[in-house]
Amino acid sequence: MKYSKGEIWHFLEEVFDPEIPVLTLVDLGVVRDVELIDEKVQVTITPTYSGCPAMRVMEEDIEKMLDSKGIQDYEVKTVLAPAWTTDWISEKGRVKLKEYGIAPPSEELDKSILFGKPPKVECPQCNSTNTHMVSQFGSTACKAQFRCKDCLEPFEYFKCLK
Amino acid sequence: MNQNLYKYLIRLGDDSLIIGHRLSEWCGHGPILEEDIALTNFALDFIGQAQSILEYAGKVEGAGRDADDLAYLRYEHDFRNALLVEQPNGDFALTMMRQFLFDAFRKPLFEALTKSSDEQVAAIAEKSLKETKYHLKHSSEWIIRLGDGTEESHKRTQDALDTLWRYTDELFYEDETDKALEAAGIIPSISKIKEEWEKTVNNVLTEATLTLPTNGWSYGKGRAGLHSENLGYILAEMQYLQRAYPGAKW
Repeated sequence: MKYSKGEIWHFLEEVFDPEIPVLTLVDLGVVRDVELIDEKVQVTITPTYSGCPAMRVMEEDIEKMLDSKGIQDYEVKTVLAPAWTTDWISEKGRVKLKEYGIAPPSEELDKSILFGKPPKVECPQCNSTNTHMVSQFGSTACKAQFRCKDCLEPFEYFKCLK
Repeated sequence: MNQNLYKYLIRLGDDSLIIGHRLSEWCGHGPILEEDIALTNFALDFIGQAQSILEYAGKVEGAGRDADDLAYLRYEHDFRNALLVEQPNGDFALTMMRQFLFDAFRKPLFEALTKSSDEQVAAIAEKSLKETKYHLKHSSEWIIRLGDGTEESHKRTQDALDTLWRYTDELFYEDETDKALEAAGIIPSISKIKEEWEKTVNNVLTEATLTLPTNGWSYGKGRAGLHSENLGYILAEMQYLQRAYPGAKW
């Protein structure tokens, strides 16, 4: 094998999430493991949500990246356990999400949908916590819709999954 | 092959697939935009679960069938979903009631399945449980809001409960398959799941000011492959493409 494990991790840091293109699959915590088995590269990934339609594209993007580095013998394996959690989104990933206009997951697990208290989410535009959850469900399975009551901008929140 | 495990996975996977398809029918028809998105998010979760479960069922069967073959190339009598999930959407109250009765069953079931002695079953359950918690919260809160809402919403929600109640017994259907898997530590005892389901249902329906139907009628031979006429229509739509263009790929 002409590359080390570290180098392969490095390549994977250039593969972006198809739906949130500022995050890499490594930032998102979707890439779980890289193994070198003799001459073969095995990349293990895990889905964020069971029905995430981006999984197949992620797999193909990883394959394309490995192809482009001249690696021929590889396998992209999907595992379900341990199940993905938003805790796996890297610090760097959280900063990038916010810059992109998506509020990163807060530490509190959301307790409410219609009743009770929604999590305190900071507006990614003006940093106000005077925000309001419009809907628990958004444009993708992993996001909820919020609105800032101070700057009045709508924004998305990457909801906490633990 | 483990014939019992295959059978069980087909039941579990078909429940997810069929309710997922039903929910997808709401796409573009939700009462408000946010709810339209919520229902289709649910649909996506269920179809994702169905894919994992049926893919594994195919592996256990060992006949070379994958999730797509099982979803698109079986006929009504081969499906093993409970009749509850194939019931038509009706109005929003009916859809939410169907969802609530089902989520209240799925949550304790997946909780217990995370401890399955079968590694892949436990992994699927762990993944699905996180989504199911969101689903149950959402459907419970709607049932409370609708039941304890206006006269009209109360009436519709009570009607929905009266309509669907007869299909709930079947969720706790148990036969030799279940008993063998329970003995092997692969699935939990269904009576424990029923206890938890009853607790959730009682709590939420009480808060929603709804009354549990007292009639003892119950239907349900879905686990034996005997379905209501509804399933045929679902499959006609769901399987159309694969039947018309065999082997078509996305």
